[in-house]
Amino acid sequence: MATALFGDSVKRTEDPRLITGRGKYVDDIRLTGMTHMAFVRSPYAHANIRSVDTSAAANAPGVLTVFTGADLQEQLGGLPVAWLLPDLKQPPHPPLAYETVRYVGDAVAVVVADTAYQAADAAELVDVDYEILPAIVNAEAATKDGAPQLHSEAENNIAWDWNISGGDYDEAIKDPDVIVIKQRIVNQRLIPNSMETRGVVADFDSGRGNLTLYTSTQIPHFVKLLYSLVTGHPEQKIRVVAPDVGGGFGSKISIYAEEIVCGIVSKQLGRPVKWIESRSEAYIATTHGRDHITDVEIAGKKDGEIVGIKVDVYANIGAYLSTFAPLVPTWLFGLMLGGVYKMPNVVCRVWGVFTNTTPVDAYRGAGRPEATFLLERMVSRFAQEIGRDPIAVRRKNMLASHKNGRAVTTGVMYDSGDYKGNLNKALEIFDYRGFRSEQRAARRAGKLLGVGISTYIEITGAAPSAVASSLGAQAGLWESSNVRVHPTGKITVYTGSSPHGQGHETTLAQLVSSELGVPMEDVEVLHGDTDQGPFGVGTFGSRSLSVGGAALFNSLGKIKAKAHTLAAHLLESDPKFVTFEGGSFAVEDIPDKSMTFQEVAGAAYGAANLPPGMEPGLEEISFFDPTNFTWPFGTHICVVEIDEDTGQVSLVRYVAVDDVGNVLNPMIVDGMVHGGVAQGIGQALTEQAVYTDDGQLLSGSLMDYALPSADMFPMLEVDRTVTPSPVNPLGVKGAGECGTIAASPAVMNAVIDALAHLGVKHMDMPATSEKVWRAIRDAKETQRAARAAARRS
Amino acid sequence: MTVEITVTVNGTAHTATVEPRLLLVHFLRDVLDLTGTHVGCDTSQCGACTVHLNEDAVKSCTVFAVQADGTEVTTIEGLADGESYTPVQQGFWDEHGLQCGFCTPGMIMTAEWLLKQNPDPSEAEIRAGLAGNYCRCTGYQNIVNAIGAAAKAGR
Repeated sequence: MATALFGDSVKRTEDPRLITGRGKYVDDIRLTGMTHMAFVRSPYAHANIRSVDTSAAANAPGVLTVFTGADLQEQLGGLPVAWLLPDLKQPPHPPLAYETVRYVGDAVAVVVADTAYQAADAAELVDVDYEILPAIVNAEAATKDGAPQLHSEAENNIAWDWNISGGDYDEAIKDPDVIVIKQRIVNQRLIPNSMETRGVVADFDSGRGNLTLYTSTQIPHFVKLLYSLVTGHPEQKIRVVAPDVGGGFGSKISIYAEEIVCGIVSKQLGRPVKWIESRSEAYIATTHGRDHITDVEIAGKKDGEIVGIKVDVYANIGAYLSTFAPLVPTWLFGLMLGGVYKMPNVVCRVWGVFTNTTPVDAYRGAGRPEATFLLERMVSRFAQEIGRDPIAVRRKNMLASHKNGRAVTTGVMYDSGDYKGNLNKALEIFDYRGFRSEQRAARRAGKLLGVGISTYIEITGAAPSAVASSLGAQAGLWESSNVRVHPTGKITVYTGSSPHGQGHETTLAQLVSSELGVPMEDVEVLHGDTDQGPFGVGTFGSRSLSVGGAALFNSLGKIKAKAHTLAAHLLESDPKFVTFEGGSFAVEDIPDKSMTFQEVAGAAYGAANLPPGMEPGLEEISFFDPTNFTWPFGTHICVVEIDEDTGQVSLVRYVAVDDVGNVLNPMIVDGMVHGGVAQGIGQALTEQAVYTDDGQLLSGSLMDYALPSADMFPMLEVDRTVTPSPVNPLGVKGAGECGTIAASPAVMNAVIDALAHLGVKHMDMPATSEKVWRAIRDAKETQRAARAAARRS
Repeated sequence: MTVEITVTVNGTAHTATVEPRLLLVHFLRDVLDLTGTHVGCDTSQCGACTVHLNEDAVKSCTVFAVQADGTEVTTIEGLADGESYTPVQQGFWDEHGLQCGFCTPGMIMTAEWLLKQNPDPSEAEIRAGLAGNYCRCTGYQNIVNAIGAAAKAGR
């Protein structure tokens, strides 16, 4: 393998182990004396625990111990929240319930046995006597007087009442030229479904008093810190390892009860404890996403000028506050309501509401998909109402391009953008005019063809820590890197970000190779092991390269500076006459006076001839805290065809033109866009978590939850514009979530466009065959009735 | 009650005494320590556990180990000869057909079987052939490309 450059589509170095079955995920870990844990979970959405009888389970074959919530109550603090809002209600969240269960899946006891089969068998024998209480699952209904109450701390189940505004919406809509369009929109609950479920192996070393937690997480360092805060276990005696992690999509950014309980039980038992979540268990025990009931208004003039948006949201947060739950439907949502438009007036109010459902936290996009869906759906709806083309309306309201900061109504500063340039490129690739004439011909032939567009912007790269702190963050959100150059010139990088499919081992080695001119294979990238490097933050919110990569870039800068000084000293030259190119230091105009990077590394450790004052060794750490978030944007255009007889929606074409700033590895960014778009399409067309009124999850397995499969998709056409970000030294923006954010509104706008001539104006996701079939039938019925009425009159 | 079985896995015969209820996937992972085959669900939907049983691709979470007695099983570990990958494995690497890698062993085993049935599949046939395998990372696009590339390489 040769050296790689910034911008090359380097093949992934992770893949050889993963395509041969040699990856190491949590379930692949085997330790001497390892035991297996199973959780006993509530089958009821809301109930008091009268008693728990563990005697039969304790006597079952292979069972080592059984603990109830009451047994561990003293040792287990409540699960913490990492983001606070003004007047946030924070009811206790015990890792194991001991008085009341509040959702189907709330854990009440654990069984530990020699094998996983024995633990699962014995968990069935734990006899919990429940007093069933009335349950509530709908966030709006939960706020009404008389609704079942989950927590005494939160009156009417309201955890927060948060708002943000800019401009003066009420004044703006007084203008007689302004029309206001109102719509209720439900952004349905989704289940993340990383292909690897969660899992934990806890290994307490009683000799040293050290605990090692292997866990499938996006935030190993935060797990270490939070485990320490919850249990009192000294932080320096905790090692958290996120080995190969099989996807996360936000569902692994929380500290979970199972991580705490496994650690505590391993310590009590003096043996390693493994817990692997089953898929059906994941459906109820791992956080869900979205679930907003929204009343939205968009206001504008007949000429297409949009003057404002007003939004009231009931955000369902489930039974307890998950780690980042207060952040997702508030700041990550409200800040994005202006989109790429001038949007002079914005009003947003969000109630966070407890219900008897699985807790809701981040899911790919986390708040931005919900905001973008509202905005992009309503902009197209507005265009439909005033009889103008949705692209013309977008263009009329779009922000001008800017390279270094543009303040917007929601109070934030977009970093850089060329929104119209991006739109133009997408339209050119798509051939919008050509499509419209094709669509007219299709309609004449009785075919339902529709096009949908979304011109999105989103917020990534958390975070400028001081800003995040002022908004409620309880931890800094910078990122760390450690670059260790070995005496042979080989390099070990540790990054605080924690990949679970993003390909950091490749891209970060590529960055090192590009900066130092060393071969890719000379660079080992480590991650996800808190003993291997400095404290870090993790991978979420599309931050790894713009924050973690920038931290690495800065470490490499320090390495280069020291190596440069040392090389000049050894070459007996003034540093300003020494160049560094292709991995070699050379004195200008003196061809034979040069040293390789590897020779300099050896000299740094040999320390026989260092410049005065220079310490031996070649190793650097950097912590990078950006000055702003990054704001990727783009245009997605989708064509659907609808079968009038069945309501089946088929994707015909999908064009994605994203702008994520500079691109380190185009192959990897394209792959992220593919996956992101697929998840957004999944929300638009198939996915939905469904609860009964008494809190049973009907879509509680992969049999019942419609995860997209390969035959749903056409080949996505992915392209880019490049507007570098000014807020990090690489000029990059986040690329992990934009596809998901852009896709749902693009698809739904296409579905509505296909049916618009029938009078259909809105449909909630997912656009299942049944829903579309009913919409067509109802629309035709309305048209027939109107024609009949016209004939009569 | 336990039963003695002999299963030839990746060319090596293994004899073990197992519970009749032991799933083949757990036999492979926990008895033979072949952890390349993954468990992604508990309802036979995800396909992460796909292996070859004699001539068929099967979901090893839906086969009891005792049913595999006397059969030949191939797992992901049995495909490559050292660093010499099969065209399907090479296709997944070349075409960026994986991200988190968790579904990958099952995807590759399904793709190997698919190309045996149909060495020159169309895009639609590849997509249809993946109906029993879920991936949450790639949107399937590069998996389809990987299998297409493998088909081309195998011709």
